[in-house]
Amino acid sequence: MNLERITEKLNILADAAKYDVSCASSGSKRKNENKGLGNASNGICHSYTEDGRCVSLLKILLTNHCIFDCAYCVSRKSNDIKRAAFTVQEVVDLTINFYRRNYIEGLFLSSGIFKDADTTMERLVQVAKKLRTEHKFNGYIHLKSIPGASDELMREAGLYADRLSVNLEMPTEEGLKLLAPDKDRKDMIQPMGFLRNEIIHRAEEKKLFKKAPMFAPAGQSTQVIVGATAIEDDRAILYSANHFYKTFKLKRVYYSGYVPVLADNRLPALNTAVPMVRENRLYQADWLMRFYGFKVNEIVNNDQRHLDLDIDPKLSWALRNMHVFPVDINKADLQMILRVPGIGMLSAQKIVSTRKFNKLNWEHIKKLGVAVNRAQYFITCNSNSFERRDLTGTRIKQFILAESQSKYLKNKPDQLSLF
Amino acid sequence: MTTTLVYDGTFEGLLTAVFEVYEHKLQFVKLVKGELHNTALFDSLMQIITDESRYGRVLKGLQKKLSASGMQRLYVAHLSGIDDADAAVLGYIRYVFDAEQNIEEDYGNRYVMRVSELVKMMRREKHRMEAFVRFQKLQDGLFYSVIEPDFNVLPMLIRHFKNRYADQKWMIYDLKRKYGIYYDLHQVEYMEMDFTEGQGAGNVINSFTDDEDGYQHLWKNYFKSVNIASRKNTKLHIRHIPKRYWKHLTEKI
Repeated sequence: MNLERITEKLNILADAAKYDVSCASSGSKRKNENKGLGNASNGICHSYTEDGRCVSLLKILLTNHCIFDCAYCVSRKSNDIKRAAFTVQEVVDLTINFYRRNYIEGLFLSSGIFKDADTTMERLVQVAKKLRTEHKFNGYIHLKSIPGASDELMREAGLYADRLSVNLEMPTEEGLKLLAPDKDRKDMIQPMGFLRNEIIHRAEEKKLFKKAPMFAPAGQSTQVIVGATAIEDDRAILYSANHFYKTFKLKRVYYSGYVPVLADNRLPALNTAVPMVRENRLYQADWLMRFYGFKVNEIVNNDQRHLDLDIDPKLSWALRNMHVFPVDINKADLQMILRVPGIGMLSAQKIVSTRKFNKLNWEHIKKLGVAVNRAQYFITCNSNSFERRDLTGTRIKQFILAESQSKYLKNKPDQLSLF
Repeated sequence: MTTTLVYDGTFEGLLTAVFEVYEHKLQFVKLVKGELHNTALFDSLMQIITDESRYGRVLKGLQKKLSASGMQRLYVAHLSGIDDADAAVLGYIRYVFDAEQNIEEDYGNRYVMRVSELVKMMRREKHRMEAFVRFQKLQDGLFYSVIEPDFNVLPMLIRHFKNRYADQKWMIYDLKRKYGIYYDLHQVEYMEMDFTEGQGAGNVINSFTDDEDGYQHLWKNYFKSVNIASRKNTKLHIRHIPKRYWKHLTEKI
């Protein structure tokens, strides 16, 4: 191992890959049945960067040489930066050795498009194939699908990878045209469609024949950049996400607050702050759509084109829909309890199972992990104390805001002092 | 009057104590781990000798009224070694035997709630240790790691690491409790060692494999490269990796 050279490559190619948000390593079910190395199912974050994001996978580019010139991307052709490329064997060695030391759950491999889509994709597939077949590696592998790669290569990728993803980059077609004129949204959507059909087909096969090979068991995901253009409001972003969940059965849509890396008059200026609160609100909204039974138009619509920045989307929905409250904790069904601000998935389930034994009062509810300071305005229980039925939405918002300041807003002074 | 039951600290011992509680119809009890030495300190004192026919009956009784995961949770709560854990387990068991129906989800009961909290604490640290173990490769091929968890979670780690690293020899040593688990490619065994005396720890560092330093260096570099400085958030960072774990984390040393 030429440590100096590998270190330099790793620094360049990890640095270039860090804007890919996905670091998920769960949702697969690869077992170590062959006395080989590793397994994939749990989703463990092995470390956390100083910005607080999790490190679960060795996330690198195979190369940052790229024939494209997308305005938002550090690796764009016209950007004057150091270039590097790993060999297939180098990526394999790094993955295995990091994995054996329990630094990572597996590999997230993306790449600049160095020649054409197929050549690039073929090289990514080679890495995964080598890991699986030569090293009996059962850890998690996430491959970035290169837009425009052929179906044959995508099929092979699905046999070795746990998850595949195509980055949509911009939430809308107009946004993409503006910032990445060389790229075609059709090239991104086509492989998603192919993979969706293949995943469904292979899953059916697996039900019939236990021995049938796994095919991308952790499904597909994608990523969109938030805040790089002004033309895309939260409504456009969430409607687009909703469309991809429904039509392509995606497991996740990731939202990446735009980090200014280049001076370009189409983009926010270099000293613009990363829209972290907005990004966080989008994840909260996404969560409500996937797990809490909210429809996209309940969260954003023509009257509500942007998510509130000062309160979370569930509280925002509740304040706009005061007519459905208060909810009786001892009677309401789970779906309704889940809609109460301050009650999460776990405490909602606990409420439903505990109330079989006792009628719940405030003391019980507090013990179950409910944020009573928020929930109190929206529920009744087996008690007469602090009933708040007469308050308007605006008053409730004032009370809640006065009592609890958002952790993001609290962080703000620290962030600003950096500049 | 409170009776103090002294048992050997094992889960089986604890269940034997439960048997005695019922056998002698004891109302108020206190559970203490260890040996019986100072009788003068206590009003009423009973030495529990772990006995399979006794704890077996308690176990059977519990199995009839609890799910497998309910049993597991009692064991994990006990394993935590936290001051009131045994009292919570005893209270829980009494409630199980008193009730007609399955009470596992009655979080309104203080013992069920407390056991649930203890299990949550244990699971959280088990999960953290699955993440924060950092193996170092020694010349003889052994992958070696030292941890200092708050609670005694080592027994809960065996399954995970055995399933994951089936083709490498490994060892995880709990420096606080002075024992480790060792996998020899076939099975996992407990082992005791004391590094504080003698040259143990020094020898380990001298016997690293040639490229161990290299990979540690690469990992540290990687960790730096993936950070996005403009998003720095120290509070969040520390919440995810509490400082007390740092001294065993390659990337934080």
